[in-house]
Amino acid sequence: MPAVLEIVQASKSFTMYLQDGLRLPVVAGVAFSVHAGECVVLAGPSGAGKSSILKMIFGSYRCDAGRILLRHADAVTDIAAAEPRRILTLRKDTMGYVSQFLRAVPRVPCLDVVAEPLIGQQVARDEARAVAGALLHRLNIPQRLWPVPPVTFSGGEQQRVNIARGFLPDMPILLLDEPTASLDAANRAVVVDLIAAKKKQGAAIVAIVHDDDVRRAIADTIVDVSKFSVAA
Amino acid sequence: MTMTESDKPLLAAETLSKSYGRHVGCRDVSFELYEGEVLAVVGESGSGKSTLLQVLSGQLDPSAGRVLYRMRDGVARDLATLGEAERRFLFRTDWGYVHQDPTLGLRMAVSAGANVGERLMAVGSRHYGRIRGTALDWLERVEIDRDRVDDAPKTYSGGMRQRLQIARNLVTRPRLVFMDEPTGGLDVSVQARLLDLLRGLVSELGLAAVIVTHDLAVARLLSHRIIVMKNGAVIETGLSDQVLDDPREAYTQLLVSSVLPA
Repeated sequence: MPAVLEIVQASKSFTMYLQDGLRLPVVAGVAFSVHAGECVVLAGPSGAGKSSILKMIFGSYRCDAGRILLRHADAVTDIAAAEPRRILTLRKDTMGYVSQFLRAVPRVPCLDVVAEPLIGQQVARDEARAVAGALLHRLNIPQRLWPVPPVTFSGGEQQRVNIARGFLPDMPILLLDEPTASLDAANRAVVVDLIAAKKKQGAAIVAIVHDDDVRRAIADTIVDVSKFSVAA
Repeated sequence: MTMTESDKPLLAAETLSKSYGRHVGCRDVSFELYEGEVLAVVGESGSGKSTLLQVLSGQLDPSAGRVLYRMRDGVARDLATLGEAERRFLFRTDWGYVHQDPTLGLRMAVSAGANVGERLMAVGSRHYGRIRGTALDWLERVEIDRDRVDDAPKTYSGGMRQRLQIARNLVTRPRLVFMDEPTGGLDVSVQARLLDLLRGLVSELGLAAVIVTHDLAVARLLSHRIIVMKNGAVIETGLSDQVLDDPREAYTQLLVSSVLPA
């Protein structure tokens, strides 16, 4: 089986014009691949470029060199060279990204925040809300909070809303940036179960986790990012 | 792969330039906009973004280049070659134009219901009851109390006027909406409400839109893609999160770093 995601010699640096054109290399020669049903955990010290690699895969950061090949349906797209439109389509039905922070939109109720990506995949609104509710329930967000916009929620609650939003749609590729940071043990266990279920469904997962127990529970492969780090 | 309608751009700018005598409004701008796609044009005042919007929407003729628009029959046409009837169809039905100043987009002395109904009548609606019903529905969608349908917008607050202008534009189910600083001049709380409303309507109706704004938060919330303009030229383009999180050009980095975090 060919890899779902294959990263070939990708590199990224920032040039900061406001700091006299200071060039900050981030990573170089990034190379690893992820198969269906596999969870690759990126390891390495803070600042090694783990989150940057996730953002390069998702297309939020542009690569200086290399390829990020994503296999979907019967085609292969190089994210590093793809048209914005192509990346938008892939984000809708192929790759999901869950960060630790919810980008809360004013006035949109919690339940709709979670259901939105499904509605974007043409699932009927009522059905999307029903499954969104079930997942929120599993993540211990009480029903009385569902009609409330999550702007006022605690950090842990917002993170769980974000997890529900990211895990609800079926995505063949899932990028997780510290999905369990600031969660208590019970909720961490729920997230571990959710990840296991995604793997069983055949999702290819790239994750950053600092919690040793969580890492042990989900990782099939560990990629040490420090070998790609470029010392500034 | 077969080409479907949505694989072809709805709007295409080809090397567009507009100069006023020796002063350059915009120069050599090219991009494509597809159905359901929201493009934000950002830059400081004087960067040429409003000029670009007026050229794109056929209100100003370009000095060079052309604007192609795919009509409902699927054929892309150069705006400059359209007949009067076709232009009228675009302005009255297939396009919306939301002005920063709602008094430019509304008739201030006639009722809110008539403001919305007028666009419907322009496309041939004649049944008074149905027009009024549709107008009431749209007032509700933009969160204006139905009781205010007979009041003229001059009695409305700034935020209500802007929402009414949006209803007036969307009632004919346009495929493309141009917006010029739609949240400019509104209080912050009023802005948030309008943004949220716009965001919902755009995705629900599958609208394509070109939004000119100097507010990067507006661009992040509403747009899929961003074009950054400086001195009349496009200096950077990309996905909205690419441009805002990984800005490449010195000017874009300056714009992004000048925003105070909330």
